[in-house]
Amino acid sequence: MIKTTVIILSLLFTASVTQAQERPYFVTYSHEMEEPGNLEVESFSVIGQPPAGNLFFGSTLEFEYGVKAWWTSEFYLDGQSTQNDSTIFTGFRWENRIRPLLREHVINPVIYIEYENISADKALREVVGHDGAADLTTPNGEARPDVERELELKLILGTNWRGWNFSENFINEKNLLGGPWEFGYAWAISRPLALAASARPCNFCREKFQVGVEMYGGLGDANSFGLHETSHYIGPTINWAAPGNVTLSFSPQFGVNDYSVPHLYRFGVSYEIDQFLSRLRKGE
Amino acid sequence: MKVRPMKNRSGLHSAMAKPARSTFRGLALLVGAAICAFAAADGAWLTKVPAKDHERQNPYRGQDEAVAAGHRIFLDHCAQCHGEDANGTKKKPPLRSERVQQEATDGDIHWLLVNGNMKKGMPSWAKLPDQQLWQVTTYVKSLGTQTAESRH
Repeated sequence: MIKTTVIILSLLFTASVTQAQERPYFVTYSHEMEEPGNLEVESFSVIGQPPAGNLFFGSTLEFEYGVKAWWTSEFYLDGQSTQNDSTIFTGFRWENRIRPLLREHVINPVIYIEYENISADKALREVVGHDGAADLTTPNGEARPDVERELELKLILGTNWRGWNFSENFINEKNLLGGPWEFGYAWAISRPLALAASARPCNFCREKFQVGVEMYGGLGDANSFGLHETSHYIGPTINWAAPGNVTLSFSPQFGVNDYSVPHLYRFGVSYEIDQFLSRLRKGE
Repeated sequence: MKVRPMKNRSGLHSAMAKPARSTFRGLALLVGAAICAFAAADGAWLTKVPAKDHERQNPYRGQDEAVAAGHRIFLDHCAQCHGEDANGTKKKPPLRSERVQQEATDGDIHWLLVNGNMKKGMPSWAKLPDQQLWQVTTYVKSLGTQTAESRH
């Protein structure tokens, strides 16, 4: 067990890693899958302050693995810290993305299935139903016993066109302990600053940066579908494929109505290890 | 210690030998079929490339800068499976093969990069801009059939 842990840690810190080509999205999924055999370790965080609430910091640690070229599996650990309150572990999620069409088309669908077991979540990895700023003001002590065991289904549609990526997600979520289906959406557009790669090695070449716009929000639930009492966010987003094969992402996002948190600041760091299991077996 | 062969007293030996022989034949057929299927599948993607993609012209063909840029992209994304010298790895094919270097056009390779061969583990690289896919194609085509070892 100790040996395995040492091998995994040494892989994380010393393995030769690929240069990730990630989209600069925080909520929206693109149709692009993790390369088979690769493990991507990611951390996404969000900082915000709801009106009449405390400043919070939500975070997820994610392990994304390419099982097949058409199948990606991801495990999440969630936590949050609230000013004048506490820092808590909020639960886990496990999702699988499957690409039914094995070639690139104008629109590429991906089926997303997730099980989550969370409470007092402030990572805001998606917004569904009537989620709003008021939900984020409940003290951790009160919110924590309210555990949600949810099934989340998404239809991800993606298009790559002349360097641009267009991604749309349709989200359906159901608390398995009761309650109606809740709905949400997310969409995003992005493009690298340069489409061709430069011939010389460089850290700040334009092709290392991707910029875009992301928007997401709730669409009510099965009993009250629509935009009434739903929150929505929009913001520019950027990432940089940094040296050391790390990708850094940032996005300031703005609530577009009174039901939303006025400002969110999102940060992401990801690190990709190529052919993780092969390396683990060899003990490299 | 020597093991004495069983005597064929009641025809039991030959009765057992028949199923053994047919099992062997079945296994041989299975292995043969698997080899044929592998051999067919190995280059099967080439037959799937639409004519218009097959004939597409590489805008970077013959450009040294594109070869250098393509080499960088190759090391970032392709070398992990195909090897840094493009000679292939245990499970992934070499890119210096006659199939890639002579049978496949630049358009064929570009098509493979866009679509992948997902059943065989080759992902789609459509997330890279088209220009970068052509740069990789230019690099791959610049390799020729000479292996890294044979050049030394």
